[in-house]
Amino acid sequence: MANTDIEKGSEHPIMLRLKNLKKYFPTSRGTVKAVDGISLNVFKGETLALVGESGSGKTTTAHVILGRYIATEGSVLYKNIEIGHMPLIKRPLWLRREIQIVFQDPATSLNPKKTVKDIIEVAIKIHYPKLSKLDRVERLLELLRYVGLTEDFLFKLPGELGGGEKQLVALARALATDPKFLILDEPTSALDVSAQSKILKTLLNIQRDRRLSYILITHDLAVVRNISHRVAVMYLGKIVEKAPTEELFSNPLHPYTRMLLSSIPTLTEEESKLLPKGIESTGEIASAINPPPGCRFHPRCPYAMDICKKMEPPDINVSKGSKVRIVKCWLYAEESKTKL
Amino acid sequence: MSSKDIDIEFILKKEREMKRERLKRAWFRFKRSKLALTGLSIFLALLIAATFADYVAPYPKHAGTYVNFKERFQPPSLKHLFGTDHLGRDIFSRVIFGLRLAFLMIGIVISIVLPTGTVLGLIAGYYKGRWIEHIIMRLADMFVALPPLILALSICAILEPNIVNAMIAVTLMWWPWYTRMVYSMTSALRNEPYVWAVRALGMRDLSIMFKEILPNILGPILTKATLDAAWVILIGAAISFLGLGAQPPTPDLGTMVSEYMTYFPKNWWMILGPVLGIAIIIMAFNLLGDGLREVFAGE
Repeated sequence: MANTDIEKGSEHPIMLRLKNLKKYFPTSRGTVKAVDGISLNVFKGETLALVGESGSGKTTTAHVILGRYIATEGSVLYKNIEIGHMPLIKRPLWLRREIQIVFQDPATSLNPKKTVKDIIEVAIKIHYPKLSKLDRVERLLELLRYVGLTEDFLFKLPGELGGGEKQLVALARALATDPKFLILDEPTSALDVSAQSKILKTLLNIQRDRRLSYILITHDLAVVRNISHRVAVMYLGKIVEKAPTEELFSNPLHPYTRMLLSSIPTLTEEESKLLPKGIESTGEIASAINPPPGCRFHPRCPYAMDICKKMEPPDINVSKGSKVRIVKCWLYAEESKTKL
Repeated sequence: MSSKDIDIEFILKKEREMKRERLKRAWFRFKRSKLALTGLSIFLALLIAATFADYVAPYPKHAGTYVNFKERFQPPSLKHLFGTDHLGRDIFSRVIFGLRLAFLMIGIVISIVLPTGTVLGLIAGYYKGRWIEHIIMRLADMFVALPPLILALSICAILEPNIVNAMIAVTLMWWPWYTRMVYSMTSALRNEPYVWAVRALGMRDLSIMFKEILPNILGPILTKATLDAAWVILIGAAISFLGLGAQPPTPDLGTMVSEYMTYFPKNWWMILGPVLGIAIIIMAFNLLGDGLREVFAGE
């Protein structure tokens, strides 16, 4: 509870709030603790990036918000309504209209047998059933042009489109319902670089025009730096650091965050000088069935102390001024005590 | 407003053009294969002959209870292409009427089995893990576990042996194969991101099954139906041959083979006609099925 109060620093209303959210998957080899007690807020008109390696639980989090999975414990509050235990099928139509998703791979998120027109029209038909056929086509064209496509694309099949174009169509479909909250599940990772920048530009424009809230799931830190306001770093089902984007990049605190930043490929000497020093990416993410005791990152952490192996670090508030920063690491425990 | 209206007109026109273009491309893929074209031509020729059997057959009366002992056991000639049988009937005419029965049987069996099998498979595959899946699939397994011909024969033996009951038997043994195929394809597709995307939009389960998943599995279903048509003929012929299907004097191909076998090998040409009829219809459907497979594979 303490976290959420501190994070209220922003004057924007909270759209989505995760409180101690847990998602476990029982398997024959034990319980996979994909998401293990995370809390965060997404404000109106804001982009929150959820970053981490594969297996850190970020996509699971996205799918719990969407309603594909039901939360094991904790809550997902959308506009203060509990939706974490409501499967997609049971969600009312207005809720499905407001929360939309853009998937990672546009090659599989568009039905290969349907034309662009059919794909987008479905959304309009469901949520605006009173529109006439002509009005539907009008709206469709509007959407297509809005995401930067032309009417030439209307009757193409997904197979006839490029990767970036497909993702724009998926985006247009999500926007067709006039959503308030978009889940972006690695929206650019399946695209080539030029298509990536077009998608990101479109996403920024949409947010500016419509004050949409985004939760951006990604492992690409370049994307994070370009479009997100705040970042939450996830490791093995836990959030290890939460910070405004500029602060995270200029002064990463958690050793895991530093490791992620240090592994950004660079071209020049000057660029590599900007990367955090003294830490290199080592090892692989541990199993979510049997996470290491204490701090889950300690086996890979060069600063690991005795306490890290025994006790899980608390969320430590290292905010300066109005900017909220939280880091889950014993290294900062002393610092915060002295400050208090 | 007027400029917008023109826009819409133009777009609708374009939609029609695109649809025509897709059909053209499908036809192009089909006709690339000479065998598929051959299959289609034979199929159409047989279908026309069967439909207009009354006009195509030289002696339409010979299909039924006609008897003419003066002309019996005649070898093939220009007058009687496949010769005449033990009652003096023109075998060629009887084979053409036999084709009509064969097409009728395929038509009825496929038009019952295809929709039922597909709908059951879609439901079972979509609701994998629920009770409805278990009910449908265990029922299908029960029918699959019994050897098809034995099942068909026992059904025909319990009921009265006639052509309608033969069709019922073939239908009963056929649906689980469609259900199983559609089931496995549906359960593979039901968690595709595009299915989750329309779920997130609020589409209902039934719409998802028929509008999103079905178009993606229709190709294999239709190909299988075409290839299966040949099997329907074969099984139907087998049932009739064993005397449990159509009864004489019905001009059924299988029944004819069984009847005329008595006069083999002395009057060997008698079975030639019906056997050729069975063979050619099976070949046509197989070639056609291969062609369809090409069309759907190229998409």
